[in-house]
Amino acid sequence: MCLAVPGKVISVSASESETGRTAVVDLQGNRVETSLALTPEAGEGDWVLMHAGFAIEVIDEDHAREIWQYLNEAMAPESSAPAAQQDQP
Amino acid sequence: MSRATQANLMAAQIAEAVKGRDRVQVMEVCGTHTVSIFRNGIRSLLPRNVRLISGPGCPVCVTAQRHIDAAIELASREGLVVATYGDMIRVPGRLGSLETLRARGADIRVVNSARTALQLAQRNANRQVVFLAVGFETTAPATAATILEAEQLGIENFSVLASHKLVVPAMTALLDDGDVPLDGFLCPGHVSVIIGVRAYDPIATRYGKACVIAGFEPQAILVGLLRLLQLVGQGRAAVENAYAGVVREDGNPAARRLMERVFVTCDAPWRALGVIPASGLALAPAYERFDAAKRFDIEIGEDRDPPGCRCGEVIQGKVEPRECGLFGSDCTPVHPVGPCMVSSEGTCAAWFKYHWPTAQRGGRA
Ligand code: SF4
Repeated sequence: MCLAVPGKVISVSASESETGRTAVVDLQGNRVETSLALTPEAGEGDWVLMHAGFAIEVIDEDHAREIWQYLNEAMAPESSAPAAQQDQP
Repeated sequence: MSRATQANLMAAQIAEAVKGRDRVQVMEVCGTHTVSIFRNGIRSLLPRNVRLISGPGCPVCVTAQRHIDAAIELASREGLVVATYGDMIRVPGRLGSLETLRARGADIRVVNSARTALQLAQRNANRQVVFLAVGFETTAPATAATILEAEQLGIENFSVLASHKLVVPAMTALLDDGDVPLDGFLCPGHVSVIIGVRAYDPIATRYGKACVIAGFEPQAILVGLLRLLQLVGQGRAAVENAYAGVVREDGNPAARRLMERVFVTCDAPWRALGVIPASGLALAPAYERFDAAKRFDIEIGEDRDPPGCRCGEVIQGKVEPRECGLFGSDCTPVHPVGPCMVSSEGTCAAWFKYHWPTAQRGGRA
């Protein structure tokens, strides 16, 4: 549940309220609305780590790609995933 | 070098790091680590003198039954909408789960963000929406920001049932308990994004235990374990960050500031672990009006855990799931008895998925 996923900020919407700033973030082709309340420094073109509808950190692109690599493997069918041999009885 | 060769190389280095030690026990605190470790067969790469214990890092598994019961009572009230993260609806309370209540017509919505719950309140101005605020420091700042937004927008029909938990106090409680001797911790990656590397300092300085923060990719977990076991092997109680670039020394101060504005720390009940001092978050006096328990006068009672369920001992590493008499027979992911079997990140669920045939034969995991 504490897994966050990286995405790229496409556009930012300003807000009157302190915690109301939001962004459209691209998550491997899916565009989602995300709150920037926890990452006031995030701007267009930045990579952010997203968790439960909020950007929780600004990260660099290399780390974003690494995390996606894990996520893609974790979501792939079992057989293609393991880095090591499976546990033997 | 192929990834499998690399993994085996690291396994050899791990064995070297703890060579000659009788038994080394380290805990991976985070449920997402647990799943990645099982999924990638990382336990099988470890030498026999290393035991990996899956800790209390699955928010669903540690939510006290009394909070599930309070959520069920709220959802039973006329005109009330309960919004929750998905896994929570299956956790059994004293009288069934939110899911069973929903089947009987209660208005329970699964949301993936506190903000979605707030938007639900905006769209349904004539109904009260209660968000079940669970999770560790990864999630708590999001709840805090949502409450601030509700305040700023003047939304009166939104409140939360606050049961956020803090990771470090749970770790120190396990050390204080001392029943399971631990040599170090593999610390959660994304909780640490918020709390930062330095949050673990007391575990090194006061308790003399090593801590290494790691990412989730199998390779990253192996690197984290290798560093951790090297520190343990050298007898060095230090905190190291093997997830640099994502986790900063001081974490995310902006997120923590919001959290500290909206919440105060409180003694909190953990599922089957009892009350741990200063391990949870309650609404600060200025935001108490967003407290659903107060708004709807809900009494948070006691826990009466399902007879036979050993979740509490499982998440402390005192027993392994297969030692629970209900594991795999009365308790399965389809019919979970305890919360450790509900969440896909729960230790019992991970064992069931990846080790059930092995466990049945009493084999080593
Ligand atoms: S197998 Fe089920 S009943 Fe037993 S400890 Fe795990 S969750 Fe509880």
